[in-house]
Amino acid sequence: MRMFERVRNARFWPMLWKEFIQMRRDRLMLAMMTGLPAVQLILFGYAIQTEVRHLPTVVLDESRTAESRALIAVVGNTGNFDIVGAVADRVALRHAIEQGIAHAGLVIPPDFERDIKRGRTAHAQMIVDAADPQSSAAAISGAQLSAAARNTAITSTRVRTQPPLEMSVRPWYNPEQLSSVFIVPGVIGVLLTITMTLITSTAIVRERERGTLEQLIVTPIGKPSLMLGKLVPFVVVGFVQMTVVLGLGDLVFQIPNVGSLWLLYVLTIPFIVASLGVGLLISTIARNQVQAMQVSFFFMLPNILLSGYIFPRVAMPVPAQWIGLLLPLTYYLNIIRGILLKGIGFANLWRPTVSLIVFAIVIFTISVKRFSKTIE
Amino acid sequence: MTAVPPEQAKGDAVVTTALRKVFPGGFVAVDHLDLTIHRGEVFGLLGPNGSGKTTTIRMLCGLLKPTGGRAMVVGHDVAIEAEVIRTKIGYMSQKYGLYDDLTVYENLRFYATVYGLHGKNRAAHLEDHMAQIGITDRRNQLAGNLSGGWKQRLALACATAHEPEMLFLDEPTAGVDPAARRAFWKSIYTLAERGTTVLVTTHYMDEAERCQRLAFLSRSHLIAIGTVAEILEHFKQPTIEDVFIELQRRDEGAAA
Repeated sequence: MRMFERVRNARFWPMLWKEFIQMRRDRLMLAMMTGLPAVQLILFGYAIQTEVRHLPTVVLDESRTAESRALIAVVGNTGNFDIVGAVADRVALRHAIEQGIAHAGLVIPPDFERDIKRGRTAHAQMIVDAADPQSSAAAISGAQLSAAARNTAITSTRVRTQPPLEMSVRPWYNPEQLSSVFIVPGVIGVLLTITMTLITSTAIVRERERGTLEQLIVTPIGKPSLMLGKLVPFVVVGFVQMTVVLGLGDLVFQIPNVGSLWLLYVLTIPFIVASLGVGLLISTIARNQVQAMQVSFFFMLPNILLSGYIFPRVAMPVPAQWIGLLLPLTYYLNIIRGILLKGIGFANLWRPTVSLIVFAIVIFTISVKRFSKTIE
Repeated sequence: MTAVPPEQAKGDAVVTTALRKVFPGGFVAVDHLDLTIHRGEVFGLLGPNGSGKTTTIRMLCGLLKPTGGRAMVVGHDVAIEAEVIRTKIGYMSQKYGLYDDLTVYENLRFYATVYGLHGKNRAAHLEDHMAQIGITDRRNQLAGNLSGGWKQRLALACATAHEPEMLFLDEPTAGVDPAARRAFWKSIYTLAERGTTVLVTTHYMDEAERCQRLAFLSRSHLIAIGTVAEILEHFKQPTIEDVFIELQRRDEGAAA
């Protein structure tokens, strides 16, 4: 009963009430909170396609035989190449690549079919614009795939045997290998990081700038209510954003969503607390709103690049991987992808969870101490 | 010094003894301050910029911890019972501490609730309060759209919604027009008549002369305290403004 009275009369309620009114009236903040999920989802869900397909390709076929046409068909069928035209000679091929009409050129020499018929190794060439390593990787693997396919076909007709070995690949969790399936769950993590650090820290710094923080300290509100009242609204906003993106991810991007949503929401809490700790820390470092924004963006950059949000962490140099281990987002991405895409339970997620909890406790303790000092 | 009327004699509103504040880096902002403010008094704290006025107010409100000495506010020690003091005082700073994106009523409601007013009691009280300062017509206007004078009135209303025993005003009339200043002082006297003790810092000499008692700070020290007449007598100057200029001249002389 006493407990209930204390909760009802807690001075943190008016803070909460006023914070929600302010959020509703602050158009920029409102736009950041509602527009950001939409923009992030479109940008990162649609625009970022890390798989490279349909490279425009020209063909220089000097052989003009059944064998050369069979090879061209196979190359086209890999899906990595789009045959956009034929060229007459190597000069024309070079022009096509230099002008950007083509990113790859398939060269089949005159003696291609003759070599095959005689049982000699026939040579074809795939010229690749490798300025962009990601698309060249796709071209290289596509070229090798086509050659292997033709080899098997030719050998089996010649010798009439089955190939001695075949490796079949089963892509689990994301069978169509869509980058949106990989990216969209990460959007939730990035959004929560932005809300808890950038938006929260600027909101706190604004109170200091306008003198309302000083005014509040003179009232009997007390530090715990002051901090709770200031932070809890952003936790609510974070969960709303998360729910919206989960819904859109399901509707628009057909994210598998195979795991327990309850578990996901529960394991999001330590991540939110850790990120709020960072936001609070930024508010104690920044002297004004502009600085708070700059520091937050500075913090966002490694989060986007090194957490595994877009670029796989296994591909990074070891020091970059270490830095990634200092970011709460890295652990949260393991959790959210594990639950949404793989449907795994807590038994397989306790490691990142424990890391997040440790991070949350450490950073929140530090920032609460620093914050308390700034208001004395 | 003026005699304290009997109804106000039940303890002083502020008593400081050897109050001292040293900032990190060694700057002594306030040193050896002995100050007594009687209950129900309108007390002015004067001094050139950097003389320690704001630091003193901030220590009395619990915004800064004193480095040494003792300060009692409405009968409680600032070092020990800051929480009790907070429920009994009001504070208005130069920045006003208003939320620009809340309306007049929302600002008042917010501060009243933070001070523990709830329910019907609060609604009725706030209606009265708004009527008194004549801001009822603007209740739905955003505080950010108010003129300087109205902002100042609203800030005073927010700082006094819980009927504090003691009110601290740190340069409350900086940057408002003379009419608004006059109206503001009228409200201060009304508050004082009802028993609220008021401590005000100011640069305006006409305002200083409206205070019942004054204290002059200079270079972190209290150098004079008393009624306007006593101060003028002490410094052998015709007006408070002359005292002020004389003090500033001495400061500069000491610095040179």
